[in-house]
Amino acid sequence: MSTTKYILGLFDDPDEMMHGIDELQKNSIPIYDVYTPMPIHGIEKKLGIKDSRLGYAAFMFGCLGGTTIFSLASYMLALDWPMNIGGKPAFAVPDFIPITFEWTVLFTAFGMTATFFYATHLFPGRTPRVMDLRATDDRFVIAIDAKGNIPHEDITNVLKKAGAVEVKHNDRKYVSYE
Amino acid sequence: MAAHSESIIREPLITGKDITYAKITNDILRPVENMPGRAWWIGFTIASLGASLWVFAVSWTFWYGIGEWGLDKTIGWSWDITGFVWWVGIGHAGTLISAILLLFRQNWRNSINRSAEAMTIFAVICAATYVVSHMGRPWLAYWPLPLPNQFGSIWVNFNSPLVWDVFAISTYFSVSLVFWYTGLLPDLAAIRDRATGIRQKIYSVMSFGWTGSVKTWQRFETVCLILAGISTPLVLSVHTIVSMDFATSLEPGWHTTIFPPYFVAGAIFSGFAMVQTLLLVARKVLGLENYITMFHIEAMNKIILLTGSIVGVAYLTEFFIAYYSGGEYEQYTFLNRFIGPQWWAGCMMYGCNVLMTQLMWFKKVRTNIPISWVLSIVVNIGMWFERYVIIQISLQRDFLPSSWSAFHPTWVDMSIFIGSIGVFFTLFLLFVRVLPSIAIAEVKLILKSSSEQAKKKLLQHGGLDGEQVEFYKESLVTFDSVELADYEKL
Repeated sequence: MSTTKYILGLFDDPDEMMHGIDELQKNSIPIYDVYTPMPIHGIEKKLGIKDSRLGYAAFMFGCLGGTTIFSLASYMLALDWPMNIGGKPAFAVPDFIPITFEWTVLFTAFGMTATFFYATHLFPGRTPRVMDLRATDDRFVIAIDAKGNIPHEDITNVLKKAGAVEVKHNDRKYVSYE
Repeated sequence: MAAHSESIIREPLITGKDITYAKITNDILRPVENMPGRAWWIGFTIASLGASLWVFAVSWTFWYGIGEWGLDKTIGWSWDITGFVWWVGIGHAGTLISAILLLFRQNWRNSINRSAEAMTIFAVICAATYVVSHMGRPWLAYWPLPLPNQFGSIWVNFNSPLVWDVFAISTYFSVSLVFWYTGLLPDLAAIRDRATGIRQKIYSVMSFGWTGSVKTWQRFETVCLILAGISTPLVLSVHTIVSMDFATSLEPGWHTTIFPPYFVAGAIFSGFAMVQTLLLVARKVLGLENYITMFHIEAMNKIILLTGSIVGVAYLTEFFIAYYSGGEYEQYTFLNRFIGPQWWAGCMMYGCNVLMTQLMWFKKVRTNIPISWVLSIVVNIGMWFERYVIIQISLQRDFLPSSWSAFHPTWVDMSIFIGSIGVFFTLFLLFVRVLPSIAIAEVKLILKSSSEQAKKKLLQHGGLDGEQVEFYKESLVTFDSVELADYEKL
């Protein structure tokens, strides 16, 4: 029995890699994931990845930030300790707009980025689960789960024919642990 | 996406032959992966001496108080707030490049956004130190924050622009940092995957475990786009609020409704000048001429010309309104800039910012690297004088002639200012050594569409409009990183 866990098709050109995805899908070979050194537009449609919902998170955090500081300022200046500043109203809504805006932006930025890190499992010190070290440099890598996808030679041939410069049969899922 | 080829009349954004994805990584990471050269050490020595001077002068201020500065009862704000506004303004170019140019899909930003954002962060750090040290009692620097306290609680006054400013600057700094660091993750992963030993461990922690999978990239781009969308109004609000520190007062020369747009334009103006000052040197020393090309330099010069002219219009408006208002104090303040004891400061302000930048109308000036560099320094000086004139010359002589005064900076004032430049350059020089000074992934993104070699392929392929080809070849004449001989036979 083969010890191969993952088959990697390494391309040196993004367009050829896209072609490789098409070829694999034509042959009904499921793709585990694709690793690229830069964002490739249009790939998410091919792989059926849904649109990001981070925009909703961003909106919610923004609302939270704006509401928080507006309520705080109103409580502090109008309820808790109203002061007579030149006889002007204590509940001075126009004056609260700059800080409300700033905290809307602040909460949006931090909340959304934290959600992004949480959802994609990024945090300082996380062990990088890298399948090929050149995927952050100059290789566009298509990974295929070897289990159940046989014969492996056929997959290799499909990748080679699509323009892969190298096809790897890895016995370990990640190469970055050593 | 990548198969799309751009119109031939657009100048290339990446020059040079045989640029591959691997070469981009190698070129950009060369300063990070190798020991620095002599130029870096000389720069770093001078900059860190400046930073030491800053530490000494700021410690002196903390120990003896701001009485060590040249302030008196008439002039309560001078070089401190001048320096603060100057640095905050310089920071604005980074956000403009990273956020506003992203929203406008200006691909040329991809080569300069990283270092400009770094510059933003370092400039805001310099600005923040001025705010803290001008408080006199820096250990009470938390007082402008709305924290519960033992005096009531008596809360901060949210009607005050100074409190808005605390919120604006701190938000601006932290959001810029988040934006910058998120953008750094893929490039940190690129360093990590090439490094060994302890360096690999450090970059591994810093890269948050980035792998470059499809989903991560897709989310990453969403995050960057939304961050750009919120940073754009943020950066405009920050300098608007800085200008309100002055505009909401009753001081002649400060009490001006034109200040917000005028300050924002001035901020972008001075920020681009500082980006130009840094990048013209960095591209040479770090060997990045193929990525920061003449197109980038000229584009930045055009923005300097545009924003400088907006500032010029604002100056004229200010003078007209002073005349038209009929207010004698207002009118005197503006006359005082030219006929007062510090007329030369007024001349520096108007001369450097308006007259000198008009030279940028000439293409020969915009595409000449030494002249561009000198002009960028001139703009930096002019913008410092602008803040000096507005803040200090307005205060010097206002309503009551018996309290008129004149400002004489002490050695502490001067050392803090020179020192803050040292702090800025120390941080920037450390940055180019440990982090990629160009966004690697973003440059790779435009290699297939906007590079010189892609355009050359288009030319070789033929079938293009002859007039457009001529136009393209002519545009390359100014590039210092293009071999023109290659184009003769095409």
